[in-house]
Amino acid sequence: MTGLQLFWFIIVGVLFSGFFFLEGFDYGVGMSAITIAKDKREIEQTIGSIGPVWDLNEVWLLTAGGAMFASFPYWYASLFSGFYLVLFLILVGLIFRGVTFEFRHHAHSEKGKMFWTKTLGVASFAIPFLFGLMFTSMIQGVPMDAHGNVSATFTTYVNPLSVVGGVAVLLLAWLHGLNYLALKTEGDLRARSAKVANILYFVLYAGEVVFAVLLAIFTDFFEKHFVGTLVLLVAIVVLTVVAHLAVRAKKEMTAFIASGLTFVALVALIFQGIFPRVMIATNPAHSILIKNASSTGYTLTAMTIVTLCILPFVLVYIGWTYYVFRKRIKK
Amino acid sequence: MFTIENLARFQFAMTTIFHFFFVPLSVGTVFMTALMETIYVKTGDEKWKKRTKFFGSIMLLSFAVGVVTGIIQEFQFGMNWSEYSRYVGDIFGAPLAVEALLAFFMESTFLGVWMFGWDKLGKKLHNATLWIVFVGTFLSSLWILAANSWMQNPVGYAVRGGRATLISFSALLTNPQTILEFAHVTTGFLLTGGFITAGIACFQILKNREVDMFKPVLRLGLLVALIASVGNFVAGDQQMIEVKNSQPMKFAAAEGVMTTTENPAEWAMVGFYNQADKEEIFGIHVPYMLSILTYHSPSSKNPPIQGVQELNKKLAEKYPEAAKELHGNFVPPINALFWTFRIMAGISMLMILLSALGLFWTRKKKPWLYENRPWLHIYGWFLYAPFIAITSGWLVTELGRYPWTVYGLFTIRDSVSPNVSVGSLIFSNSVYFLLFCFLGSVMIYFTVQRMRKGTEGAETAYVELDPFNKESFSVHDTQDEEETSKENEDKEANK
Repeated sequence: MTGLQLFWFIIVGVLFSGFFFLEGFDYGVGMSAITIAKDKREIEQTIGSIGPVWDLNEVWLLTAGGAMFASFPYWYASLFSGFYLVLFLILVGLIFRGVTFEFRHHAHSEKGKMFWTKTLGVASFAIPFLFGLMFTSMIQGVPMDAHGNVSATFTTYVNPLSVVGGVAVLLLAWLHGLNYLALKTEGDLRARSAKVANILYFVLYAGEVVFAVLLAIFTDFFEKHFVGTLVLLVAIVVLTVVAHLAVRAKKEMTAFIASGLTFVALVALIFQGIFPRVMIATNPAHSILIKNASSTGYTLTAMTIVTLCILPFVLVYIGWTYYVFRKRIKK
Repeated sequence: MFTIENLARFQFAMTTIFHFFFVPLSVGTVFMTALMETIYVKTGDEKWKKRTKFFGSIMLLSFAVGVVTGIIQEFQFGMNWSEYSRYVGDIFGAPLAVEALLAFFMESTFLGVWMFGWDKLGKKLHNATLWIVFVGTFLSSLWILAANSWMQNPVGYAVRGGRATLISFSALLTNPQTILEFAHVTTGFLLTGGFITAGIACFQILKNREVDMFKPVLRLGLLVALIASVGNFVAGDQQMIEVKNSQPMKFAAAEGVMTTTENPAEWAMVGFYNQADKEEIFGIHVPYMLSILTYHSPSSKNPPIQGVQELNKKLAEKYPEAAKELHGNFVPPINALFWTFRIMAGISMLMILLSALGLFWTRKKKPWLYENRPWLHIYGWFLYAPFIAITSGWLVTELGRYPWTVYGLFTIRDSVSPNVSVGSLIFSNSVYFLLFCFLGSVMIYFTVQRMRKGTEGAETAYVELDPFNKESFSVHDTQDEEETSKENEDKEANK
């Protein structure tokens, strides 16, 4: 394995972390729009809080997908064709969710508006669940031939760990969204977000314990990387506790950052657990390794140069956008 | 019939065509909207602000559908074409990643700022954000077309270890195919923007809605359309010459040349072809014309244009392995290529003619077009023409690639995911089809609704209840009203 390959493995992880950190709360806010928002005004307030930024947050996913294609084409090809149906459902969710923001705005009857709001909420529940399902199925080892073609069955996608993983990601996103709402809104909604988050954190604790146990049973993370897995699992729990305490102490910024970092720790857990592989096969001989899955050194070098030139600008104007829309959203 | 290959090809065609209804529409309307806002900033005329918001709301609708259908495109290579992704990932992945990093972030970020930033930014800065979005769309096109051009005309690569590897990053961008495709496609975006704007203005004038509001818009649209149509025509002409050299089979099929021509060559205006025997069934020919179109001169010194039959033999000799797999058949669908090419070129001529005439008929001295209902109808319905032309253009480009995904390197048959079941593909195709019909209908419905309401109350993002907009008060109770007035007071105070 070369340094460049390792660097790009980390970059893909960073891009997925960025996606979950930023788009995670957008999904959470979408879920909140159909669960905790009480009336029309609160729905507008909820969705308005992510209006200007949700689209740029989603680009992290496209960049992560593109980077995976460019740096590890064999990983991209095996994962995307192997998890065909799950990804297809994610796409349908993303399509519906992506148009609702604009369509809600154009719908002139209350009924129409409500329809698109409900669509937004349902899609926001489905997408993080399906992402959790996909990543936690991937790490258990999937039936794969020597060429890297996955022959998935229903149980490849749906099994105890993947369902718990899906629910865990969904809960993380929802809490992250609630923390964002508490940070970005005023009035009842702000207080109610904190109240609901306080309850949901207890559910999440249970989820995390079950997840850790299933991780030990169904994956080889503890065999391969005992220390790293343990440290990151502890980090996830600690960050959850920190976020929870911050919610109770009304430290909204701390809670938001902590719940975002929980996602980062989760992505890190998955990436360090599969290391030095990118796809784990049920037959270990067929697993795809970082060193065989990547593009050539020339392409990786070119991509590195391009990324280092562009990324600082991207981060600056994204920061500027959040600065422009720093005000809390009124009811 | 229902093979993985056919279903994956159908899915790629369907998703690409649908995505590419909304790409030119959104890029074109972004340009027009930004232009209108610039006029507003320069003149300070509130009417232009209203026009900006009106066309801006239509632009945002198409942008939303364009973005979500674009996500499918990026994932599709891995999902349906995993073998292709493995073979070309070293080259093909990079432009896609760069596109996301360089362009998508720029578009989505600044579009968000523009939508919600009307009263948060200064006029000039606010207008600048939309121009940045526009630059982003062009950058995005450049990279995605670099990827497509590489499939059409592979450059800067070496085949090592059973896959194509990149040996020159700059070759991707300096590929002559890339430059021509970029010029042809982007002028296509702009003329779409022009005709859409003009067409919508015509319908508004016909329905007698805010006639004075839309008259200048009609002229602005036609002006953009004329300049872009001429540029588009020139770029397309150059591209065809490039295709003749790099993909002679595509050229021969599109021009209906079955056997190598004499000099000067005659051009088939109408033609029907037998695919199996590679022969013409019926055709109407114009002497000298093909030489004029191809070489811009009818001289007999030009090299003859190769026909489908000879090219097929040559290709079979050149690629013996592929020939075995394809039973020696390298011929793309001739009739489809011939006719889609004719439709595209025909509409292209019409566009130049109609935009020039329209500008002449709306001149200050004698603007009779505004009063002439039949012609207004023609200009109104003509807003669909660019879409037909653009779709035809992609069909020529992509069908003409047959039987390759990467020209001369990798066949379509070898590209598909072997592990995706036919059932999955039928399922995804059906869902996409229904979804696209639904999204397209909703989009058109909302656009028509917007036109009915005119420029009144057109906002690019949700704003708190606007006291000047009657609709806010159509459903309300007293409590609501009290809150609203309080809120407006708060708003004022915050300012």
